[in-house]
Amino acid sequence: MANAEQGSLDLSDLDPKRRRFLTTSVSVVGAAGVVGLAVPMLKSFAPSARARAAGAPVEVDISKLEPGQMMTVEWRGKPVWIVNRTDEALASLATVEEEELLADPESSMPQQPAYAVGAERAIRPNMLVLLGVCTHLGCAPTYRPEVGPPDLGATWFGGFFCPCHGSKFDFSGRVYTGMPAPKNLEVPPYKYLTETQIVIGEDQESA
Amino acid sequence: MAEQKNALMTWIDDRFPLSETYEYHMSKYYAPKNFNFWYYFGVLSFVMLILQLVTGIFLTMNYKPDGAAAFSSVEYIMRDVDYGWLIRYMHSTGASFFFIVVYLHMFRGLMYGSYQKPRELIWVFGMLIYVALMAEAFMGYLLPWGQMSYWGAQVILSLFNTIPWIGPALTEWVRGDFIVSDITLNRFFAFHVIAVPLILVALVFLHIVALHHVGSNNPDGVDIKKKKGADGIPLDGIPFHPYYTVKDTFGTGVFFIVFFAVVFFAPEMGGYFLEHANFIPADPLKTPEHIAPVWYFTPFYAMLRATPSMFGSAFPGVMVMGGAIVVLFFLPWIDRGKVRSIRYRSPAFKYNLILLAIAFVVLGYYGLQAPTDLGTILSRLFTVVYFGYFVALWVISGDENTKPVPERVTH
Repeated sequence: MANAEQGSLDLSDLDPKRRRFLTTSVSVVGAAGVVGLAVPMLKSFAPSARARAAGAPVEVDISKLEPGQMMTVEWRGKPVWIVNRTDEALASLATVEEEELLADPESSMPQQPAYAVGAERAIRPNMLVLLGVCTHLGCAPTYRPEVGPPDLGATWFGGFFCPCHGSKFDFSGRVYTGMPAPKNLEVPPYKYLTETQIVIGEDQESA
Repeated sequence: MAEQKNALMTWIDDRFPLSETYEYHMSKYYAPKNFNFWYYFGVLSFVMLILQLVTGIFLTMNYKPDGAAAFSSVEYIMRDVDYGWLIRYMHSTGASFFFIVVYLHMFRGLMYGSYQKPRELIWVFGMLIYVALMAEAFMGYLLPWGQMSYWGAQVILSLFNTIPWIGPALTEWVRGDFIVSDITLNRFFAFHVIAVPLILVALVFLHIVALHHVGSNNPDGVDIKKKKGADGIPLDGIPFHPYYTVKDTFGTGVFFIVFFAVVFFAPEMGGYFLEHANFIPADPLKTPEHIAPVWYFTPFYAMLRATPSMFGSAFPGVMVMGGAIVVLFFLPWIDRGKVRSIRYRSPAFKYNLILLAIAFVVLGYYGLQAPTDLGTILSRLFTVVYFGYFVALWVISGDENTKPVPERVTH
């Protein structure tokens, strides 16, 4: 205790076990505090209750949609297209398959509900319902029904073209091979209420 | 100096290392005397940082980070706030000029080997500044809430979507909504005006602390500390103040003539600094005909676009784009050369660096254009050239045929 009188610390008096216990316990409690604070901070970044509530299904009247026309409705803030496909447009679905232009012609990837399979990817063949969000990076592709326009070339049989990165999709939203977009456009869940009314965002009960 | 100190300075110096800090960083910081034109861009980056902070603070006084009010509040600043147009154009033009001077500053580092031992950490801090700056610019571009703001954010945030397994959940978490929305705008505002600027300022501090600890490189790549006079001062060093403060003030004056010519006469720069589609309010249902990021991102964007999807995923493109930035961090260890400056390195090194510069410009050009077949082919080619630089540098620098480096700096 001679050193204590001189005012300097004698390290040999330290009990390393007690030191280690104190260091460890303070570290553990501190880490628990950091985690406890981080969880609410990080969770506050998730979509809020208001944002989640905005995702309700929407009803659409399609009685005025003439063949060849497309309408866009908003569902969960995203564009949903409804296209009344002409007979020529439906015929082009077989053409692009024969020309082997498509990456996933069978729609084997889960980009559509089970009731919208086949080449048409729709409940009723002529009425296409598609999420207008490019599977590449989320742009909205444009509707390009004309065949062989100068900017898209002779192998264009009509469909959707994404102006952002040049991805091409056929009249069912199936992606061409070698495109930036990896998957077919998504078909949202939808069902028919009546002949001319559909609901987007609710699945059709399996018949 | 010490005997001339007045009472106030003595009082302060007893309590705070004012004279000591001033001498260490300014009056007794000996910088090589042979700095050339390229050495303006470091201080100009600092000038741009200050200008962006000041104009940014003034913009927040009238801007509203609200999906319903943001676009019109920017128009309000432009039309109704006295000199609001000037403050906003200084800030928007400032973003582009910040990147111009930073890219030139980085190129200077490549030419003169400023990243080589013992300046690896200066380079790493600098790269962190660059990444933070990209985040800052990206989030700032959303705030005017125009079409290009909106869809640019939509495209870039979708990059996270492609990350396997966690992608979609992560994107939703970052956006705070199922689409880019008012919620996203509000949080980007918080990041842009406080979180990222704090990080930027801290990183710039570390960048300069590391620089002043090891001393500045120079166009000859000669270590000036090896030849010191009897007084212990490097023979080829001159005090930063007053010699370089005067030189940099002059350079900043010339720079401002160019900068303000753009601010006053071409703030949109023909759609390259402020894109035309951004004068239309954000519309979540309609993508503009042609989406391109602002020019400073386009070299990396071209790489993203040029990479085809593989295994049903767009992630490889994101990896290529991210890799193009990550690889820069490792530059000090990829370059095995012992000679720093391009002046004394092999012809192979010079051609390699020229190819990198060409690749960067070509990629930047095609990243701005609408996708074409030729553009895709050239983008792919120059993406390979870009990465090829680092491979070639590693090979070249292993056993390089260099010229003799002089003992002292030249002019």
